Amino acid sequence: MSGWEVALQLELRGITKRFGSLVANDGIDLTVESGEIHALLGENGAGKSTLIKIITGVHQPDEGEIYFGGRRIKDLDVHRARALGVETVFQERALADQLPLWRNIFMGRPVSNSLGFLKVGDMRHATAELMGESMGFTSAVLTPNTNVKGLSGGERQGLAIVRALHFQAEIIILDEPTMGLSLKETEKLVKFVEGIRAAGKSAIFIDHNIFHVYSVSDRIVLLDRGRVAGQFQTSRYSLNELMDIMREVAATGAYTEQDRYLQGRGTSEVTTVSSEERA
Amino acid sequence: MSTAVAPVEGSRTRSPLTAFTNSWASQIGITVAFLALWIAFIVGAPTTFLSDRIYLAFAQTTPYFAIVALFLTMVIIAGDIDLSFISIMSLSMVGFVFTWQATGSTELGVVACVAVGALCGLFNGFFVTIVGIPALVVTIGTQFLFAGLTLVLVNGKSYPLVSTNSSFAYGLLAGKVGTIPIQFFWLLAMAVVAWVLLNRHRLGQNAYVTGDNPQAAQLMGIPTRLTRTMLFVLTGMAAALAASMNALSLNNFYPNIGSGYLLPTLAAVFVGGTSVFGGRGTIYGTFLGAFMIGGIQAGIVAVGLTDYYTNFVYGAVILAAVSVHAVLQRRFE
Repeated sequence: MSGWEVALQLELRGITKRFGSLVANDGIDLTVESGEIHALLGENGAGKSTLIKIITGVHQPDEGEIYFGGRRIKDLDVHRARALGVETVFQERALADQLPLWRNIFMGRPVSNSLGFLKVGDMRHATAELMGESMGFTSAVLTPNTNVKGLSGGERQGLAIVRALHFQAEIIILDEPTMGLSLKETEKLVKFVEGIRAAGKSAIFIDHNIFHVYSVSDRIVLLDRGRVAGQFQTSRYSLNELMDIMREVAATGAYTEQDRYLQGRGTSEVTTVSSEERA
Repeated sequence: MSTAVAPVEGSRTRSPLTAFTNSWASQIGITVAFLALWIAFIVGAPTTFLSDRIYLAFAQTTPYFAIVALFLTMVIIAGDIDLSFISIMSLSMVGFVFTWQATGSTELGVVACVAVGALCGLFNGFFVTIVGIPALVVTIGTQFLFAGLTLVLVNGKSYPLVSTNSSFAYGLLAGKVGTIPIQFFWLLAMAVVAWVLLNRHRLGQNAYVTGDNPQAAQLMGIPTRLTRTMLFVLTGMAAALAASMNALSLNNFYPNIGSGYLLPTLAAVFVGGTSVFGGRGTIYGTFLGAFMIGGIQAGIVAVGLTDYYTNFVYGAVILAAVSVHAVLQRRFE
């Protein structure tokens, strides 16, 4: 058991978060292994965003435990989460429109000396390199000094992703990354997510549409009304089967058929809410 | 519906020239406006605006509000506002006169003055960032609070400061370098300090991000409360410095020393191109903006209008500047 735990990059146990009388997350258990792409699926209000904000340290859970690499982390905040290798691609919501590319790449952790004075040259240089190598921004008019507001949706996505990669992320969280992207840009995104797995890093891919995540994810976690309604190894299910399951969850709030999942995992790590518990 | 439609590739005009003008647009705009206004002054009132006396007067009087405007610019970039600095000018000078009377040292008086200014800024920052009240409301409240406290502490009295004239601090804050008032050099020095903090320091980086996108700032782990509080503290210190320069120069401290500076200071910031919506603004713009406002003040008198027009014109200038920037920003985005 303990040997298995070490391979885990992230483990959540019984995470509960309340906002007043609203229970956004209700006893959520979740494990993420190295080189694994998790898809977190759920309707609006299922608790996806809250869970992500707990993992990234923006919110602190009211109950539950968070483990990174088998070590319990209390008082997780944004800085701690980043130091542990959690990077979030919040898409364009986490970009500052009126600021140049280099200030966006280094947002929140600028390169500076001990007195806090910025090393602007270093940051511009690093940004120019990232733009050429990782973002595929070849246009001569896009410079590190260009403001973000002129970028297309895909370019913004690229900027946010490259920012995450630049800081040696271990777990990359993609918050509805396909939103507002064209088909071609979505294909680029899928390639990037596959690159995360190839590099032995893990990713949590949040979406409300199973079509976006089916081809790229190793595991799908279904959230419903703040609870984990089911976890599925993607390769063992067809798209149609998963859609049926999602329909059942949407109607009843739970998925009861666990047989195939148990065979596949061979462990007791299943975290499925039965209909009796909900009643 | 139209928001969901992806922009057609190639429809955006991107040339090196537009890239250059985009990143420098506000600086070019304010420079052109400044030159146009100054030419208008010279044409309209040549005897006033071609004499060196008016420029020596500007060099002394503009810094009193321009120094505060520089740091107020950073507060506004971070998405806040400070309307209490006129009362910080008064209250910080209470720190000056009490310390000066107790110790006989003008220098210690100035140190106490700046310290009180910093504390006032800390007080503002606490209510804005910890208690979580909009800066507009907090600083209207503290404007009255600090002014009221000043009147209570000094019983409404004025303090003649003639005996400070021989002090080192007087020469440093109210003297002359050759024929040029030293206040102007303080303004230049403070402009450099503000520019470095805003453009070459973590504080400025965090201020820009906080004002541009508060949500992003929070998600990316920027210490927004600390950043905003620091900017209030710096503005308080700037107000205290300006007040001590002003009072020493006048040889007098009176409790409403800050009155009359609210509008020109705000006008300098907004004429200089700082966005009321946060995230955008430059030290260069505010610096030129301050001299434009100083010029307008002198121009009102020079063209034969009475002083009663001053507030009317400032109000109009603030509204016009803010509106022009808001419209331009919308048009080009």
